[in-house]
Amino acid sequence: MLKGGVILVVAFVYLGLLFAIAYYGDKRADANRSIIANPYIYTLSIAVYCTAWTFYGSVGRAANTGVGFLPIYLGPTLMAVLWWFVLRKIIRIAKVHRITSIADFIGSRYGKSTLLGGLVTIIAVVGIMPYISLQLKAISTSYIVLQHYPKLVMPYEFGQSALWEDTALYVALLLAAFTIVFGTRHIDATERHEGMVAAIAFESLVKLVAFLAVGVFVTFGLFAGPADLFGRAAEVPKLARLMSFEGMTGGYASWLSLMFLSMMAIMFLPRQFQVAVVENVNEDHLRKAVWLFPLYLLVINLFVLPIALGGRLLFPEYAVSIDPDTYVLTVPMAEHQEGLALFAFVGGLSAATGMVIVAAIALSTMVCNDLVMPVLLRIRALGLTGRKDLTGLLLGIRRGTIVVVLLLGYLYFRLIGESFALVTIGLVSFAAAAQFAPAILLGIYWKGASRRGAIAGLSAGFAVWAYTLLLPSFAKSGWLPADFLEHGLFGIELLRPYELFGLIGLGATTHAVFWSMLANIGLLVGVSLYSRQSPIEQIQATLFVDAFREVQQRREAHIWHGTTTIAELQSLVARFMGAEQASAAFTHYARRHAIDLQSQVSADPNLVSFAERVLAGAIGAASARVMVSSVVKGEALSIEGVMQILDETSQVLEYSRRLEQKSRELELATAELRAANERLQELDRLKDDFVSTVSHELRTPLTSIRAFSEILLNDPDVPKRERQNFLDIIVKESERLTRLINEVLDLAKIEAGRMEWRMEPIDMRQLIEDATASVSQLFNEKKVTLKTDLPPAPAMVNADRDRIMQVVINLLSNAAKFSEPKKGRVEVKLSGNAEAFRIAVVDNGPGIPPDQAAHVFEKFHQVTDQQKGKPKGTGLGLAITRLIVEHHGGCIWVENTSAQGTCFMFTVPRLQTMGVAVGGRAAD
Amino acid sequence: MPKSILLVDDEPNIVLSLEFLMRRAGYEVHTASDGDAAIESIKAHLPDLILLDINMARRDGFEVCQTIRSNPVWKGIRIVMLTAKGRDVEREKGMAMGADDYITKPFSTQEVVAKVQALIGKD
Repeated sequence: MLKGGVILVVAFVYLGLLFAIAYYGDKRADANRSIIANPYIYTLSIAVYCTAWTFYGSVGRAANTGVGFLPIYLGPTLMAVLWWFVLRKIIRIAKVHRITSIADFIGSRYGKSTLLGGLVTIIAVVGIMPYISLQLKAISTSYIVLQHYPKLVMPYEFGQSALWEDTALYVALLLAAFTIVFGTRHIDATERHEGMVAAIAFESLVKLVAFLAVGVFVTFGLFAGPADLFGRAAEVPKLARLMSFEGMTGGYASWLSLMFLSMMAIMFLPRQFQVAVVENVNEDHLRKAVWLFPLYLLVINLFVLPIALGGRLLFPEYAVSIDPDTYVLTVPMAEHQEGLALFAFVGGLSAATGMVIVAAIALSTMVCNDLVMPVLLRIRALGLTGRKDLTGLLLGIRRGTIVVVLLLGYLYFRLIGESFALVTIGLVSFAAAAQFAPAILLGIYWKGASRRGAIAGLSAGFAVWAYTLLLPSFAKSGWLPADFLEHGLFGIELLRPYELFGLIGLGATTHAVFWSMLANIGLLVGVSLYSRQSPIEQIQATLFVDAFREVQQRREAHIWHGTTTIAELQSLVARFMGAEQASAAFTHYARRHAIDLQSQVSADPNLVSFAERVLAGAIGAASARVMVSSVVKGEALSIEGVMQILDETSQVLEYSRRLEQKSRELELATAELRAANERLQELDRLKDDFVSTVSHELRTPLTSIRAFSEILLNDPDVPKRERQNFLDIIVKESERLTRLINEVLDLAKIEAGRMEWRMEPIDMRQLIEDATASVSQLFNEKKVTLKTDLPPAPAMVNADRDRIMQVVINLLSNAAKFSEPKKGRVEVKLSGNAEAFRIAVVDNGPGIPPDQAAHVFEKFHQVTDQQKGKPKGTGLGLAITRLIVEHHGGCIWVENTSAQGTCFMFTVPRLQTMGVAVGGRAAD
Repeated sequence: MPKSILLVDDEPNIVLSLEFLMRRAGYEVHTASDGDAAIESIKAHLPDLILLDINMARRDGFEVCQTIRSNPVWKGIRIVMLTAKGRDVEREKGMAMGADDYITKPFSTQEVVAKVQALIGKD
């Protein structure tokens, strides 16, 4: 009945069933009605830990070493106690940071390091390869053994078969195809595979029941219960020894190291990380898993010793030729229990396929996300960053990886397979996975663990592992010269892989664990202590170590309830990426989701998440989250969060601050330029006005001169008196013209800074007296009284005498001009304070209308009198006066006196005391 | 009865020269030194022609021109603008306001007389 065809049909039907379960699981997940969201499925999926190694290997190990198989299961049981603290934290972190694999986790913890992620991936692939080969070996062995029923034949009796006849190769390819269909049907953003988890859980159930069935058959079918079985075994001295600790090779050190390895393996084997962390639906499921999983281990191990002892009792004569690793299969076969044997085969198949599928999916995710994509994205020539949809490429890479990983496993099997027992091969992988433990465990509890430290520790641990476990396994199979095993590398005895630095007396595994962990932890801690963390590392370290505190806020923040506006969100993104890019991103989002951002005010949760992702691209996921939550929740940004931004994203902020400053400076410069330009235009306009006004002022006297000249020229008969008057006008207008031209030139010179100033110490009293003397004629003619009020002491100033004289004379002439004959009185007063002298010219004329007082110093501004009409003068006098006073560092202004009249005042700074002293000495 | 002319300018010497010229040409002459005074003068004695300076304080030449043209009674008054600002804009503005002619200062005495005669005829 158990022909090859039947076995194959059963195997395919079983795999088909698995696929159906997975398909159903995915469908339900898509419909949001998960079938795996309960702690029982979760626990069963963690039981993927029990592979073909457990199913076949435990019995083999028990048959040789008795209770020696136990540490592999005691370790996880012990670890499960710590899960609530350690694993829950890892799950929390993974969910918050959207971790997709163990490589992602480590890379993320150490500053989102792609180098570290890649390193972990390589270690994982190399380290897990033996483990996968183990499963291939188990499936092909069990198939071959079962195929020869009713004969009991061991596969190695055939020697190595040709490649195309090798069952293991076809198993590998078949599993690859199956895994691809299982795990990479589509790209899931969360990297969760609900269907796969459901199938795995089912497999865990199948293998448990199958193993129990064999156990029950052996214990109660072959023997009359456990008492009978153990009693009969105790009679055989060789077997009695198996039931005590004496049978242990390597003693307690070996026990401890195996327990340590399995404690680490249950958490950090990539497939365990996948099911326990990445595929976890709800961290509360851990509560049940903490005791349920140890219970599963207990149950599946219950019959290990009975089957082992039963096998040894059953096959005493060919104890050597029947490999104990196959007892689960060969005992039912020997008893002609075809159905049970087939069921056992299916159980083993379950154990092996479960492991291979999960491991291959986990590895493919890692290789794709942490090894291949980072490299591809960096190769600009491929233009991947510009491509919109990379899903196809991602799937391609993952599928390719799955095939490669399984073929690597097969290769290892071809090279090593026959020279090692199942357990030993598995331990090689366990030791590799243990290398991840320091980086993760220290990483989530010690903020100081740095990227350099992690890289150094992992590299060293991996190197030691490869040297003490992997390479010797190659050597022992004859694929490497075995020389270095005996005499050490380059003949250096201290470098013997199994006795590194002279450490003897430990088993190979214990020895490797000791040295690799020493190197790993030592370098991780040592290098971390002596290296500085980058800001992003510090942020990630804080977020990971303070995961429980952080997430409390994050959880609330994660339910973005649209408490922010789109504009606010966009301006936040714009701050880090620039307004244009932010606007482009938002527009793109709007188009892709077919929504109109203009018509909405508040941002929906999806948009907020989108903004966060966009921001993460610029400033890192951690900072992005802090920034977004600051906008969304308003005041919810905690002091701690602020401190984080200040301390840990200082570089980013410094950069952004500098950018803002630059932009402010630019804005300022632009504004200044604009103002300068406006001033220039204004000046241009003023110059235009000035030219136009000057032209007008020049044409006016010219008009009179020309008109009267023509009249006199054309009409010789003009009466003599009129003739005299006309000539008089011509002379006066010519004088006016000359004055005007001089003043315009003066003004232009002063304004252009080309005026020559002859500065010298002068006494203002003397100057005022000279000025009054020169205008006395004018005042006499107009019959206006002129008085001076001067202090007794000299009033020394540093000034251009002629120019200041011009100022005083100008003010006096103006006063005379506006004073009424006979009644007019003008007074010049000189006074001083500590800094300056003040000269006031007061008249009792009509005064200046208040609305014009501010304008009298402007060019061509003339105060026109209601009755008298336009005053004589150019309109430039006061403008020039002001320029002269201001050049001397003084100021000039006009006040209406309390009585009728005007008071013009100006100041000139006192001569510096030093100057007086020097001047005085020079005078001596 | 001789045609009458109103001279409006705030430069007394220019008014004096024009007054001499116009009287010698046989016209009756009135004078004003700003816009307000000009309007008063027109009300008191309707002239046939006004020689109107543009640049004056209190109601410049343009305003005076506009005021005259907005009063139908004064429709027949001929207006000649006088200005020391030689820009084309001023000229066009003056003509648009309803001036009949335009003279730029400094002017040729013969030209002024000829233009006035062309508008209101020799007396």
